[in-house]
Amino acid sequence: MLLRFFLMGLDRKAGIVLTILAILAVAVPVMTLWVPADSPFHLSVFTVSLLGKYLCFALLALALDLVWGYCGILSLGHAAFFAIGGYAMGMYLMRQIGPRGVYGNPVLPDFMVFLNWKELPWYWLGFDQFWFAAIMVLVVPGALAFAFGWFAFRSRVTGVYLSIITQALTFALLLAFFRNDMGFGGNNGLTDFKDILGYDIQADTTRVALFVATVAALALSYMIASGVIASKLGKVLVALRDAESRVRFMGYDTESYKLFAWTLSACMAGVAGALYVPQVGIINPSEFAPASSIEAVIWVAVGGRGTLAGAILGAVLVNMGKSYFTGALPELWLFALGGLFVAVTLFLPKGLLGLGGQLKAKLPGRKTAALPNVQPANHTADQKGA
Amino acid sequence: MSAESTLLYLDGVSVSFDGFKALNSLSLVMMPGEMRAIIGPNGAGKTTMMDVITGKTRPDTGTILFEGGTDLTRLREAAIANLGIGRKFQRPTVFEPHTVWDNLELALKAPRRPLKTLTYAISRDDRSRIEEILDITRLSALRSRQAGSLSHGQKQWLEIGMLLAQDPKLLLVDEPVAGMTDAETEQTAELLCSIAGKHSVIVVEHDMSFVRALGVKVTVLAEGSVLAEGSLDAVSANQQVIDTYLGR
Ligand SMILES: Nc1ncnc2c1ncn2[C@@H]1O[C@H](COP(=O)(O)OP(=O)(O)OP(=O)(O)O)[C@@H](O)[C@H]1O
Ligand SMILES: [Mg+2]
Repeated sequence: MLLRFFLMGLDRKAGIVLTILAILAVAVPVMTLWVPADSPFHLSVFTVSLLGKYLCFALLALALDLVWGYCGILSLGHAAFFAIGGYAMGMYLMRQIGPRGVYGNPVLPDFMVFLNWKELPWYWLGFDQFWFAAIMVLVVPGALAFAFGWFAFRSRVTGVYLSIITQALTFALLLAFFRNDMGFGGNNGLTDFKDILGYDIQADTTRVALFVATVAALALSYMIASGVIASKLGKVLVALRDAESRVRFMGYDTESYKLFAWTLSACMAGVAGALYVPQVGIINPSEFAPASSIEAVIWVAVGGRGTLAGAILGAVLVNMGKSYFTGALPELWLFALGGLFVAVTLFLPKGLLGLGGQLKAKLPGRKTAALPNVQPANHTADQKGA
Repeated sequence: MSAESTLLYLDGVSVSFDGFKALNSLSLVMMPGEMRAIIGPNGAGKTTMMDVITGKTRPDTGTILFEGGTDLTRLREAAIANLGIGRKFQRPTVFEPHTVWDNLELALKAPRRPLKTLTYAISRDDRSRIEEILDITRLSALRSRQAGSLSHGQKQWLEIGMLLAQDPKLLLVDEPVAGMTDAETEQTAELLCSIAGKHSVIVVEHDMSFVRALGVKVTVLAEGSVLAEGSLDAVSANQQVIDTYLGR
């Protein structure tokens, strides 16, 4: 049954995405570890971690596209789930430091010793085990999303109002995580990690392994997402995105559908955050900043909302642009990002992946009858029935 | 009249919007298998009546019972739909990005919970049921077209097809022939008549030739309550009806 589910989502586009990911998973380790450093085909470990970071963002974008592109929920707080997943992984990594911290306390992380704490808070228990942290990476963002979605969707909060409360959620978490007495390291966050699963986190092989794990997570999430979209459940999601009350009158409890997609999406975002933290070596409250979530929306818009593959493409391209700009012209980055968003909204409403279709439609003599396509309308016209 | 043997029982239903009474102590009874046409001037409350039956709008006062016992005023839209009440909107609303086939598949009577739809695989029975409906609604050749690319009339038919797929006990059909050609109107009347019997149907329509073609009992609504009830000829002869509706 599971196999059938995955096969269902396998179309040509999925084939291309998975092939590219498979090539990356093989080529990058080879080019980093086995190609000699003086060869033009050699990749530095720095580049590998950078690529890994892009793919973590791609996974966040994929998660966001699942709810925005297919359920019409414009989340302006998705980075919150990413950051929580990151913190769960960070807590594991902190506990792996053991007595190697500055204060040499075998149990307490440095920042707790500094705050004069005598014992580990209860919510840090269990994080010395990788399996426990790995479960929490999924469970905590998932549970938060479930609780949030349960209240928001039952109360039929939609559209802009829903977007605003998602933004409020991440902002509230930002403020909470800044506080030292929360026990998450305050504004410094969690850092100075030493090893993961017993391997030195700085070692080349570890970095490459983390990259490969990220590729695998992205591929698996992509398959899950496209399987969901291709299923009847996915068709219900698209239907309710465009005409929610019509779907209700057909007997579908639309709230539980949205809740399903929303929670699944938050879990994916959590995994993205958990893979991000060991590759960048730090997690701090700035990940909760509203701007992070908004950036993720821009990635999806640039690549093409409601296409899954577009979300991945958009996240990678925009972040490559960001790396370039912040190196070369740091003061211009925000303007470039803003300009990009405006340009995409005006000229590429379907993003880069929609570009092909847009050009085709413009070509003379090719008046395709089937113009309305699977991508969302610009406005969510929920019919009044009158 | 006792509510027991009825399919739908509305008694003293009132709804007001900001003080304006859209429904004013409306009472209406439908028997199982019955087809009823509802006519009335614009703003008479016809659509609002469908809204209160399907749970979209909550009545301020009044009783709405389904199958003699189930109180519809306490249920949410999805629950009411699952009891067996289907609805076609005044403005055709099909799921535009989906194909004709997928629209019918979504409407088809089948478990509605997310985990069931996630693992749903179409069965032979479901397939032949959809084929059958495509046939009835004359959409067979258009099955893999996106619903958004259909003509207005075809969308209306697809929506009726979706209602059939849902297999409800009661169909509420709001202005099915608005914007249709005469030929399409006639075919739609035939289609609805062929549905009646197995299902109960309430049709709201302004088109008098269509209502005549249905040949069923007519209820005239005006200002939120029933003005007259009877055969089309009888209500057309009613002086009050002529004054408030037909005569204008
Ligand atoms: N949600 C609402 N809020 C405010 N007023 C409403 C609402 N829905 C309906 N009304 C008003 O209630 C009255 C009855 O409307 P309704 O749509 O039921 O009429 P109708 O009989 O279906 O008319 P038509 O033949 O034009 O479709 C109208 O005056 C309408 O403006
Ligand atoms: Mg109406």
